[in-house]
Parts: sequence; C-alpha cells; structure tokens
Amino acid sequence: MAENLALEIRNVTKRFPGVIANDNVSFNLRKGEIHALLGENGAGKSTLMNVVYGLYAPDEGEFLVNGKKVEINGPHDAINYGIGMVHQHFMLVPVFSVTENMILGSEVTKGTSLDLKRARKEILEISEAYGLEVDPDAIVEDIPVGVQQRVEILKALYRKANILVLDEPTAVLTPQEAEDLFRVMRHLTEKGVSIIFITHKLKEILNVADRVTVMRRGKVVGHTTPAETDQQGLATMMVGRDVLLEVEKAPAQPKDVVLSVENLTIKDERNVSVVKDISFDVRAGEILGIAGVQGNGQTELAEAITGLRGIDAGEITLSGERIPFEKPRWLVEHGMGHVPEDRHKHGLVLPYDLADNMVLCTYYQKPFAGAFMVRNRDAIQKNADGLMERFDVRAPSTAVAASTLSGGNQQKVIVGREFSRPLKVLVANQPTRGLDVGSIEYIHKEIVKMRDEGVGVIVVSAELDEILSLADRIAVMFRGKIVTVIDAKDATREKLGLWMAGSNPDEE
Amino acid sequence: MDDQAEKEMSTSSGSWLGRLWRTIAVPLAAVLLAMLIGAILLAISGADPIKAYSALFDGAFGSMKAFGRTLAKATPLIFSGLAVAFAFKAGLFNIGAQGQLLFGALVSAVAGFMIHGLPPFLHATLALLIGASAGALYAAIPGALKAYTGAHEVITTIMLNYVAINITDYFADGPFKDTTGGNIVARTPEILDSARIPTIGNIPLGFVLAVLAAVVVWWLLWHTTLGFEIRTVGLSPHAAKYAGMKVAFTVILTMVISGFLAGAGGAIETQGIVGRYQPGFNAGLGFDGITIALLGKTHPFGIIPAALLIGAMKAGASTMQFDAGVAKEITDVIQALMLFFVTADMIVRKLIHARDDGGEKITLSGWGQQ
Ligand SMILES: Nc1ncnc2c1ncn2[C@@H]1O[C@H](COP(=O)(O)OP(=O)(O)OP(=O)(O)O)[C@@H](O)[C@H]1O
Ligand SMILES: [Mg+2]
Repeated sequence: MAENLALEIRNVTKRFPGVIANDNVSFNLRKGEIHALLGENGAGKSTLMNVVYGLYAPDEGEFLVNGKKVEINGPHDAINYGIGMVHQHFMLVPVFSVTENMILGSEVTKGTSLDLKRARKEILEISEAYGLEVDPDAIVEDIPVGVQQRVEILKALYRKANILVLDEPTAVLTPQEAEDLFRVMRHLTEKGVSIIFITHKLKEILNVADRVTVMRRGKVVGHTTPAETDQQGLATMMVGRDVLLEVEKAPAQPKDVVLSVENLTIKDERNVSVVKDISFDVRAGEILGIAGVQGNGQTELAEAITGLRGIDAGEITLSGERIPFEKPRWLVEHGMGHVPEDRHKHGLVLPYDLADNMVLCTYYQKPFAGAFMVRNRDAIQKNADGLMERFDVRAPSTAVAASTLSGGNQQKVIVGREFSRPLKVLVANQPTRGLDVGSIEYIHKEIVKMRDEGVGVIVVSAELDEILSLADRIAVMFRGKIVTVIDAKDATREKLGLWMAGSNPDEE
Repeated sequence: MDDQAEKEMSTSSGSWLGRLWRTIAVPLAAVLLAMLIGAILLAISGADPIKAYSALFDGAFGSMKAFGRTLAKATPLIFSGLAVAFAFKAGLFNIGAQGQLLFGALVSAVAGFMIHGLPPFLHATLALLIGASAGALYAAIPGALKAYTGAHEVITTIMLNYVAINITDYFADGPFKDTTGGNIVARTPEILDSARIPTIGNIPLGFVLAVLAAVVVWWLLWHTTLGFEIRTVGLSPHAAKYAGMKVAFTVILTMVISGFLAGAGGAIETQGIVGRYQPGFNAGLGFDGITIALLGKTHPFGIIPAALLIGAMKAGASTMQFDAGVAKEITDVIQALMLFFVTADMIVRKLIHARDDGGEKITLSGWGQQ
C-alpha cells in the first residue's frame, strides 16, 4: 500500500532544552484521508507538524512524500513538496487585503510590479473550485476569524498544497463556522487533498476523521478509527487514565450578591453600542455562565468588569463598592480574579519565565517586593515552586520562558496565579479554550472548588457544553443584550441554541 | 533585547557559558567581519592594513596615556549607549539621545561657569545633575507625546534632535557666548575649576561614573519593581495593562531616565574633557549610542565593552592617520559596517552557523496610544 501514502514520517526525534518533544515518532498519511492527531497539551503535536513544515530541524528522522525520500530544510522545501500548514495562531498581516496576504511570499509579478489582478483572478478560481468563499478585496482585520482561517487554507492551496496540516483550526471557531470548515475539509479530500487535523474536541474527531493517531508525552501511543471507539475511549487513550467528561458538583449554595452590574452600556471604537443596558447580579457561591455566539458583546462585558475597558453608562459594584473603570489594580486589591480570554495577549508575558508570570499582578506587594522597590527573588521563587506543585504545571523548571509551554500548561500558570489570591469574584473568559480533556477536567474542578469556597464566579464561554456543565445560572447574550437568564436545571442545548440565535424558544 | 542575557549574569544553572556564547557570538562576529572588510578597503586604497590596524591599536592601548584616552572617549558613549538600551527595554527607540546629550552638555556648562562660590565636589555634582536633568526634561517631551497622543518616538526624537542642535547653537553663539579675549567662536566661557570632573592618573573619573551608571541601570532593570514594569511594558503593553501597571506613565518615566543618562553623558563630556560647551565637540556621540546599544545587545554589561571598542577606534584614529598615513574616516566606515552586521544579524548567523539565541525580542511599538 506504500503507493497510497501521501506523507510518511519515520522515527522523528526532536529535543528542546529539558524536554523530548518528539520521541521516535512515526506517522503516515494516506492520500485523500483526514487523519486526526490527538494528544494532551504538550504531547508534541505542534512540534511534529512544525518539523514536517521545516520550521524546526529534527534531531533524527526522515520524511517520505508520495513514497519518495525528501529533505526538508525550511518551509520553502515543504511548500515545494506540496505541504501546507495552517498554524494554531494565524500568520496573516491584518492590514493587508485577502489577495495581498495570499500572495505574500510568492508574488506574481508583471515586469517589476505586482500583478494583483491576475492573483485576484486565480484566487477566485481556487476559492470556487474548493467551495471556499472569500472576498478577495476584504481587509483581513475586518473579517471574522472563521473567514480568516479560510484565507489561511486558501493560501496553502494557492501554493499548490495537497497535504494540508490544520493545527487546532476549530479552537477559535463558532460551532457554525466549525461545521463550514468540516464541509470544506470533506470537499478537499474529494479533490485528492490529504489532511492532518489536530483538535482537542473529541466529538469533532468522531465526526470527520478517517483515522486517529494518539500521542502522549512525545510518543505515539496508539491508532484507532472513529468506528472502533467513542469519546470516553479516545479520552482514556490519550490521557492514560479514565477522564470525567462531565463536571461533578453539588447544588450551589448562593449567598449575598458580590457583583452587581447595572444598566451597563459600552460603545466600541467606532462608537457602536456593543453592550446595551445590561443588568445582572452574581452571588457568592454560584457560577453564572454567560453564553452566546462570539462577538455578541461578551468580550467587552468581561473586559469592563475586569478593568480593561471603560464604559459609557451604568455602574458595577463589587461587594457594595462602585468599581472605578480601567483600574485593574484596584480590582486585584479588592478580590477580583481574571482568567483572560486571550492568554497570549493579556494573560502572560511570553518571554518571561514562569516565576515572573506567576506574580504578574502582585509583583509589587509583600513579600515579592520590599523597601526601595527591590524585588525579593526568594519569595518569587517560593511562590512559583508552590504553584507549580499545586496546579501540576508540567515544565522543565520555573526558569523556562512561558512561550515554551504548551497551551494547557500556560493556562494552568494563569489559573494558578489568579486562584491563589484571596478572591471574592472570579471572571473566567473561555477558560478551557485549546485545552485537552484532562486539563479541562482539572480546570473545571478548580472553578467549582472556588465556587464552593464562596467566590462568585462568572464563566464566559462559547462552548455550550462547558456552560451547561459548569454554570448554576445561565445568561444568554445576543447583540449586546442579555436576552434571558435561566436556571441551569431548565437549560438544554436546543433551548440555548435558539436563545443564542436571537429567537425565544418559549414563544414557539 | 533579552532576559536571556540577564540570566547568564545572575544564575549559574545550565550551560552558563554556552548561553553567554550564544549571546555574544553575533556581535563578536559582526566586529570581526567589519574589521575584515575594513582591511580589504584599506588594501584596495593602497594602504597596508596590518600597519594601519597596529597603529590604531597602538594609539588606543599602546601606553597608559593612550589607554586613558580610550577610556575618556568611551565615557560619553557608555552613557548614550545606556540611554538607548534603557528606552529599548520599554519598547521605545530613543533616536533622540543626541539632542538630550547636547542639552546636558550645554546646561552643565552654564551651571559650571555661572554658579560661583561652591566647593569643588558640590559644584561638579550640582552641574552634572542639572545637566542630566536638562536631558531628562527634553526626553520627557517625546515620552509624553507617545503616551498621550501615540506619536511615534522615532519621528519625534529625530525632529527634536534638530531642534536641540539649533537651540544649543543659538545659546552658545548668543546669550551664553564666551566674549573673553575678543573670541568670535560660538562657545560658552570655560567652566570654573570647581565644576570640573578630574582625571586621576590616566583614569578619567567620568569613566568610573559611567561604569557605576551601568551597574545602577542593570540593578534597576532586573532587581526592582520599576524595572519589571518597564520590561513588561516593552514586551507586552497589553499584559502590562492587565497587570495593573500604568503604561503611559511608565513610557514617560522610561524616556525621562533615558534622557537623564544621555544628558549625564553630555555633562561629563563638558565637565571632564571639553571644559566648556562648544558645538561640534559633542557631534555624533548620541548617535553612536545606537550602535553601541545594539553591539552590546542592549545589556548594560554588554554596552561597556562595546563603548570601549568604539572609544578605542576614536582614540587610535589620529595615531593611525599619522603613523600609517590612512585617513581616519576609515574608522567611521568600520563602525558603520559593525552596525550593519549586528542589525542584519541573519547574514552573520548564516556565516558563523549560529542559531537564533531565542532571547526576548522587543517588538517596537507602532503608532497609536499605549
Ligand atoms: N520552542 C520551544 N522551546 C522549548 N520547548 C518547547 C518549544 N516548543 C515546544 N516545546 C515543548 O515541547 C513540548 C511539546 O509541545 P507542543 O507545542 O508540540 O505540544 P502540543 O501537543 O502541540 O500541545 P497543545 O495541544 O497544547 O498545542 C512541550 O513540552 C513544550 O513545552
Ligand atoms: Mg499545539
């Protein structure tokens, strides 16, 4: 069957200081299949793909494309062999148009000038042939994430890729956008493209994959197919133990109101109201879930509550005190914890080591700083050692840069930092985005623990499953308004889905 | 540019030497490459490169006196290098060190000849502090413009350099002009002896101050909460805001400290070497700071050797011209090549097969409010 293999990876080993990211990994991809690569955070999936794409030089190993041995010394080689990659974090230039982004690096020229017209026409042809609709003239920063991703895929196809690597493409997509992506993926395989698909969402694997390869701690630990297994089976295979896919929690025991939002209105940069006259309360000891399709004002609401954004009308009180806006420090000192939506932008300073990241908000307080602004290294180190242990952060040491950690472990650093302060209110925005089922289980358990200790928790999530399993009450946002607040006991996927789409299920 | 470099200095874990090597390999190779090309240029123009370089070396290190000259030349360069590197840590590219240095040089000269009756140590310290503060104030302008309007500091500091050149020229040729002995040259009167910063043996006291300043900057950046705030703002303004830091204030304060360092460099040049303010004597010292900051990998302890190197080339240039008959401008060419090779480090890495050191990369901020 060798002639049916689009790509074969043989015995790849890749070491980083202190970790073996890939330990003698072999992997093959058949022509026209969707091959899912599954594994815990830090298992080495992205590393393996970066090696294939020529971004990292492997310490050992070889590659065969269409049965022929090839040398890959950089993305240029990979592209020449028809390998295309859509990274976990997009690599588009926000201020360029779709066409300009697409041809970046492989510019079509007429004489010495760019032939944008011809490029535009070619892009339209490809987008039609593969069923990927985009407006070639749109500016990338103006288009939704789902469409940006299509641009990334088109970019790979424009470079004549027939092996496509999609590294967690659905992590940032709405369920609808994800469905569109799967449709596109199936279409591509019909046209002979082979796809490596990395995701943490077990349902998606069962839904679209032909085969599954599972990695754990740098090694391949098994192969399976959706027909042979189910969600629980996949989870057990990747984590190496049984995983609770449902959150276990006792009924909430809500006490006094700790956070109250009254008539809040927020306008965005273009002076459009994105949050419109919202009011709600959160009590100590309960979890309020905020559900909604991305872009309905949840981000702005969470930013206002946590001091990252100013408001245009209304007020927010924390334990009876009006909060000043855009003063995150005041909030830190008054018991607000914040797990931000974008952990790379707000949550971490990626080049800093873990110890510094773990005191990011409290670096100036005792015991981390003494007289004359002098930082106390011993206290900072002790704090880091304690959190590493308590929150099971997997890293070679606290001295490594946060950028070298896998997504799950980065999130644990943030969670550890925020949860270890005395809190009254916790805002967790997309707390498990991009995390593996084991880490999700862990972080959910910690959030429930905070609730049981009497913290008022707000969980903002685009994942319905997450909202349904964590929240005690659910508020649904649609076009900047809270359209309903319901008890989690009365909520179903279907009902929430209708509310989120802007209709009222109780009226139909 | 990297906390990496800092760790090499402060922790003994891991391959200490290996990381130090990775940090200095590129600047070192850049220097050697520049010297090599310089030698080729010398050979093409009919000179003997070996003779020229040995004369250069001789002029810079050949005697205690020559060595003292090198230290004196390096002194303002350490300050301007520190000024540029310090701002860099907050993600700011302070091209304006030149203007800030000019103000420092002029104002300390004014304080040096106008204030009478102070004991030597006090007068010298006061003049130095006043001069440095003038640089700090001048740097506060682009800092505030950046923090409150988003005007890019590269543009504003470049423009303010021209403003500084013209204002200091005006004062040296106008209100503060030296009129003794029918002088017609644009310059201030000589400063009082009590305002002078002495040279002890062959070692200029100013050089000792420069090394002390490097230590203070290092300590400030890596051992204080202020340094933590500055580096956080430089690496990620969004995370800094999330962490409750005052981003705009930090930007202004960083520029003020940067300007203070540049101003101190100018003041020490006035009080330690020139003895008055005279336009032309300080030309280029602030701009050299950019080369030195980059050669020194924006680390305070990298800046000292980088400044000594450039200082040595300046100190030895005349000897080279005299002994080997080579125009001393060749040292400017070599310096420019060094700057070229450190900034175009990809070329150098290819040549010496060095991997990226993976250290902190500062993304210099674009337009827009912090
Ligand atoms: N540039 C790097 N330097 C050092 N270590 C790294 C680097 N990149 C990855 N690692 C380490 O290699 C291991 C594998 O990381 P990788 O990003 O491949 O995981 P992953 O399976 O893609 O995880 P995730 O699901 O979170 O994306 C991790 O332990 C990570 O910390
Ligand atoms: Mg990954």
